[in-house]
Amino acid sequence: MIASLREVTVAYDRGPVLGPFSLSLEQGEIVALVGPSGCGKSTALRLLAGLEKPTAGTVERAAGRGETSVVFQAPTLMPWASAIANVALPLELSGEPRAAARIRAQEALARVKLPAAGAQKPAQLSGGMAMRVSLARALASNPRLLLLDEPFAALDEITRPALAEDIHELWAETRPAIVFVTHNVEEAAYLASRIVVMTPGPGRTAGEIAVQAALPRPGGFRATAAFRDAADAASALLAKAMGRAA
Amino acid sequence: MKHLSGIAASGGLILLLFLAWEIACRALAVPVYILPPPSAVAAAAVSDLPSLLAAAWITLSRALIALAFCSVAATGLALLVSPSPLLERATKPLAVTIQVTPIIAIAPLVVIWTGLEHTERAIVILAAIVAFFPVFSGALTGLKSADPDLERLFDLYGAGPWQRLFRLRLPAAVPFMLEGHKVAAGQAVIGAVVAEFVARTGSSQGLAWRILLAGNNLQMPRMFAALFALIVMGAVLYAALQLIERFVLAWWRGR
Repeated sequence: MIASLREVTVAYDRGPVLGPFSLSLEQGEIVALVGPSGCGKSTALRLLAGLEKPTAGTVERAAGRGETSVVFQAPTLMPWASAIANVALPLELSGEPRAAARIRAQEALARVKLPAAGAQKPAQLSGGMAMRVSLARALASNPRLLLLDEPFAALDEITRPALAEDIHELWAETRPAIVFVTHNVEEAAYLASRIVVMTPGPGRTAGEIAVQAALPRPGGFRATAAFRDAADAASALLAKAMGRAA
Repeated sequence: MKHLSGIAASGGLILLLFLAWEIACRALAVPVYILPPPSAVAAAAVSDLPSLLAAAWITLSRALIALAFCSVAATGLALLVSPSPLLERATKPLAVTIQVTPIIAIAPLVVIWTGLEHTERAIVILAAIVAFFPVFSGALTGLKSADPDLERLFDLYGAGPWQRLFRLRLPAAVPFMLEGHKVAAGQAVIGAVVAEFVARTGSSQGLAWRILLAGNNLQMPRMFAALFALIVMGAVLYAALQLIERFVLAWWRGR
């Protein structure tokens, strides 16, 4: 077990946003959280990251400091710092000497196929490149738990599938547990080994689907029955959850 | 190209206005002690040039001293209060009070306090008072302007308060601080001029004093020359700061 949420609820001043919700993550699995806007999926992610405390329930995290990384919807880079300085940030913050941190940052940039972009600042990068730098920053510390909050939302249709494949390749290198949030069932079916569908907020589990196929995906996976079945099942669950709320 | 044609257009307009002014003065035979023609003003400016430059430097240097002081004090105060919402709320009304109090109304008081033999101190203090708010509010806004998700990342990686300040909040504040200083510089010049007007004595021989002196002697061309010197000084200062801002921002965001 890498991290788990047990019967957690989160309520803000404006009302409950999540739960009761449970989720347990095993080493090396890729889980997609799918649900309508406002169902609390990003909140669940922040609980897993330890960035927020639940109102009730328990959060367990086996990953220690520096072993969890988050990638947000936007690249969230420091605009004043070069790409390599952005990637080196987590390492430097955890006390790694600057020179060593820069070397590892350069390696992480190479892993996301941007070996030459180190000196560039975020404004000089395209949207897809900036997202890769963000991913490199998350990977630089070799996390055991990688949390992605709608990482594809800001990307165009051409950049998106390429990044999805990259994520699988990167996952295959060190096999961290990955949780990513999306409201696109096809993206979930392509990327995840397990899809958790959530109800409208305050989100609960509407159902779970296991995607029966190898990771990383074989070529032409989007045309296979396994992909279609998983996407359709997730779609149906989502529709049912939405209908119940209406 | 667009930039150059803009400069040419505004220069042409100014030239046109001066021409109309010159023609009107000559055609209507306006007495020089009421409105001198631009040619007379230009002649006065040329003959007064050394003393005008000296006076402009006096006013400008006091405004810059005030700005430098604010840069340290107001930014320091913003750094001090920004971590605590309570402290920030406590200081905000005071900062706003300074901002809304007309400088001309407190100038006589400050002049009395510093003593008539030290009007230059009064001038620096008054310029600093008007320059304080833009620097303070720019720095405060900037220090809180960092992307909340970046703040979360710093939480996630267990950043300490100093790391957060030097690696996140201060660099994020740079564009806001530049803007604050740019506004404050203009304000400081206004503050210095107002203070010179109120002080009215020979111990502060800045541009305002030149305007007063020429006015008292009904030397209208010299009065206008001093006024134009003031305008040019303000414009040059603004342009210089604009240029600095452009360069620093280009470095900051890499293009």
